[in-house]
Amino acid sequence: MIASLTAALTAAGAHASAATSDAASAAGSAGGAEQIVFWIVAPLALIGAVGMLFSRGAVHSALWLVVTMLCLGILYILQQAEFLGFAQIIVYTGAIMMLFLFVLMLTGRDAGDSVIEVLRGQRVAAGLVGLALVALLVTILVGAFKSTTSVGLGGALAERGAVGSLAATIFTDYLFPFELTSALLITAAIGAMVLAHVERKRHQKSSQRATVLHRMKSDRMSPLPGPGVHATSHSNATPGMLPDGSIAPGSVSEQVEFAVTERVAQNYRDRLASGDLLVPISGPQHPYRPRTAAVTGPTHAAPIADAIASADSAARSKSTEGSEK
Amino acid sequence: MNPTHYLVLGALLFGIGAVGVLIRRNAIVVFMCIELMLNAVNLTFVTFARMSGQIDGIVIALFVMVVAAAEVVVGLAIIMSIFRSRRSASVDDANLLKY
Repeated sequence: MIASLTAALTAAGAHASAATSDAASAAGSAGGAEQIVFWIVAPLALIGAVGMLFSRGAVHSALWLVVTMLCLGILYILQQAEFLGFAQIIVYTGAIMMLFLFVLMLTGRDAGDSVIEVLRGQRVAAGLVGLALVALLVTILVGAFKSTTSVGLGGALAERGAVGSLAATIFTDYLFPFELTSALLITAAIGAMVLAHVERKRHQKSSQRATVLHRMKSDRMSPLPGPGVHATSHSNATPGMLPDGSIAPGSVSEQVEFAVTERVAQNYRDRLASGDLLVPISGPQHPYRPRTAAVTGPTHAAPIADAIASADSAARSKSTEGSEK
Repeated sequence: MNPTHYLVLGALLFGIGAVGVLIRRNAIVVFMCIELMLNAVNLTFVTFARMSGQIDGIVIALFVMVVAAAEVVVGLAIIMSIFRSRRSASVDDANLLKY
């Protein structure tokens, strides 16, 4: 169907312009066919353009523009530029507009136009300027070419055919510009890659030596204990106990009710007093408690009162030293 | 058929595209309006080629198409990078050079 349509369009255009500089025969039946196609397609193109201008969503604008591009392709074919017409349909509606839609989907299709006018009255002024521009162009074009009849491309295309003569012209007269377009395309491709490329920051991997040195300089050479190693309970209400039997501040989340924490702590103190538990390890080698009184070895909690007393004095001396500092 | 019809259609499309460039705020839609203007000029080129009986107009229209393709690729990449840094594709938001 498309092939027959193209053939018909081309025939209409060819017959119309085969009449070389003869306006009388151009107004024949073939010219009439071209006129019919033109008066169908040209309003469609204008509707597409206006729709693109006034539709709110950007995706709708793109689809209206596709309509206009297709109509323009038909008009090219109608004017015996079949190759250009198909290139228009393939390159513009097939590639460029799909690229537009792709970017629209990437940037979010809800990104509509802002209705805030940054410059007051700019839209009205733009509309007036556009009307003036169109009026100027139409006046000039109609005034200059009103009586001109088209020579038609029949003579130019007669020798090598449509594509052949186009190729001959490109590769002889326009060879240098043609080569320049290749440079342009390569530049565009590289530019797009550079602009679209995002440099991701690599996670800095420290060497083993740096890791060891860092650990040696820190307070604690060994890794932190795994969860539950020193725990007496797996309840998250279990507080960290200081040597004097009080609750270490910050060891229980504030979300936990304090009464629960206090009950757990009291339970711990009771068990400690009853000799149920081992005395917590403390000694000069412990990195976090360097100044506590030395309790040699993991003594069993038989002299529990002594242990608590020593822990108390240790905590006291620690606090006084801290205040001296 | 008088080729002036095609020229007038091209002028109308060009004017619509120019108005679109001036009044639309979405950078991508502005870009589409530029494409419409390029296409209108292409139509004029093809019509002039037919009027003069020389094929050069069609060749130049092809070149315009190539340039438009390159321009679209670079322009959309720029719009994407602007969108990535500012989370907006509106031309009103890209006003850093003003200050």
